[in-house]
Amino acid sequence: MDVILFLIFAFIAVASAVSLVLQRHPISSALSLIGVMGALAVLYLLLGAEFMAAAQLIVYAGAIMVLFVFVIMLLNAGRERPSAASRLVRWLGIPLFTLFIGVMAYFIQTFFPKTLDVSFGGFTQGAGLEIGRQLFTRYLLPFEVTSLLILIAIIGAIVLARKEI
Amino acid sequence: MNFYILTLIKAGLVAFVLLTTAAYLVWIERKLLAHIQLRLGPQRVGPHGLLQPLADLVKLVTKEGLIPQQVNKIYFLLAPFAAVMLALISISVIPFGPEVEIFGQRTWLQLTDLKIGVLFVLAISSIGVYGVALGGWASNNKYALLGGLRSSAQMISYELPLALAIAAPLLLSNTLSFRELVETQSGFLGGVLGNWNLWYQPVSFLVFLISAFAETNRVPFDLPEAENELVAGFHTEYSSLGFAAFFTAEYANIITACAVGTHIWLGGWQPIIAPHLGGIWVPSLVFAFFGIMSLFHATQPARRWDKYTFPVLGLAALGLAALFAIPLLQPVLVPLFWFAAKTGALIFLFIWIRGTLPRFRYDQLMRFAWTFLFPVALVNLLVTGLVVALQP
Repeated sequence: MDVILFLIFAFIAVASAVSLVLQRHPISSALSLIGVMGALAVLYLLLGAEFMAAAQLIVYAGAIMVLFVFVIMLLNAGRERPSAASRLVRWLGIPLFTLFIGVMAYFIQTFFPKTLDVSFGGFTQGAGLEIGRQLFTRYLLPFEVTSLLILIAIIGAIVLARKEI
Repeated sequence: MNFYILTLIKAGLVAFVLLTTAAYLVWIERKLLAHIQLRLGPQRVGPHGLLQPLADLVKLVTKEGLIPQQVNKIYFLLAPFAAVMLALISISVIPFGPEVEIFGQRTWLQLTDLKIGVLFVLAISSIGVYGVALGGWASNNKYALLGGLRSSAQMISYELPLALAIAAPLLLSNTLSFRELVETQSGFLGGVLGNWNLWYQPVSFLVFLISAFAETNRVPFDLPEAENELVAGFHTEYSSLGFAAFFTAEYANIITACAVGTHIWLGGWQPIIAPHLGGIWVPSLVFAFFGIMSLFHATQPARRWDKYTFPVLGLAALGLAALFAIPLLQPVLVPLFWFAAKTGALIFLFIWIRGTLPRFRYDQLMRFAWTFLFPVALVNLLVTGLVVALQP
């Protein structure tokens, strides 16, 4: 059951990701990206990371992608015209891509140690309590530095926007 | 196997009750608004227009579903579907009562209890905006597009104070599951009044209510469908079932928002007054009082049909009172009554405010969210966190 669900949602995630690149219209691409986020959230849920799944939906699918869609709708971006593909891309694109995937798979197989098998629902530390505890003890410094980074980004955005006024 | 059958029955029941309530909310809203504005409201279909929702349904189903030219067909059809689906999903984690025994089966009056129930509702409601935004965009109509744009901007802005407002009582209760949330509010202050989060968190409740109005696109924040500026906003081009889907989604969202407010701040299905002071008998007393009043009015009929309608109404109310007094049924019915009463009171507030307040201007709406509501929710959360941390 778990494996079937994993396969279904993994397929949805990959299919949405491919469609994200192939779609010509920005809105279709954005919606495909939402599909990827949603499928990823379900995969987190299958692993037992409930909090991560909810955060994935709220933050990425619910907030960031709404902003994306908002901007696309506001600018009324139309269909994109494909640029004339060079002969090199047309003939070497797919073989090179396959080669790249193969090399990556080989490196992952050899250099990363084989750890325990992933068992669905075996991970029980995914509730809000454990995440909060880890975030404020073990990962306190990265957490605070990240928030500082976001603050700097916000201030930067305001400074850039003020010039235009 | 029993589990699956039971879940199927419960799911069917919940879907049926939710959709019927949503349909009748339209009638209740029209009636209440009419009486606030000194009108009669729907009167023609059935007694006091009671069959109006049924007539509306028949009309909407049999009407031609127009798809205008030049619209983006896939998204145009997908949008109402997404809106109504997302609106109906979140009810599945909301409990209606405690664990009860029916025909020897112990079960919770709830479809499923997620450990992250509150987050689940937040997540679904934050995705719910796509129905409106997409519908507005796909319609290829400037009014619809403006409605969709306003909706997405409004939802992003008001989601922040909403989430911050919900976080404060969650700090007190220390859980994210609705079931446990209600159980932490089970005591009675001084043995009399329900130990609700509302008494500790009045500010967050107010912030939640205001944000919920914006999240459900209700007056005074119904800018996505402002009639006098945008024709009908995001659903201008929709007719027939697409329009019905958007309407159902809106009312289902209101019901969900009110149920969430009930569970987090108003103690869910817990009675207001302690059981030893008669908390169990309140529903019976309310119905009995209503029945006796009706029978009393039947003795002095003022209108032509009063001598027939009032006795029927009175006897029905007395029957309900008797039903709520049966000790065998009380553990099931009384919590349901309290849940329905509190949620109903909040829904009444939604309609009441629609009849009272004018619509905000768009810049006022945004300024209000970012410069007032957000800081208030943030300060409230900080103070709550401080108090919780200082507690021994």
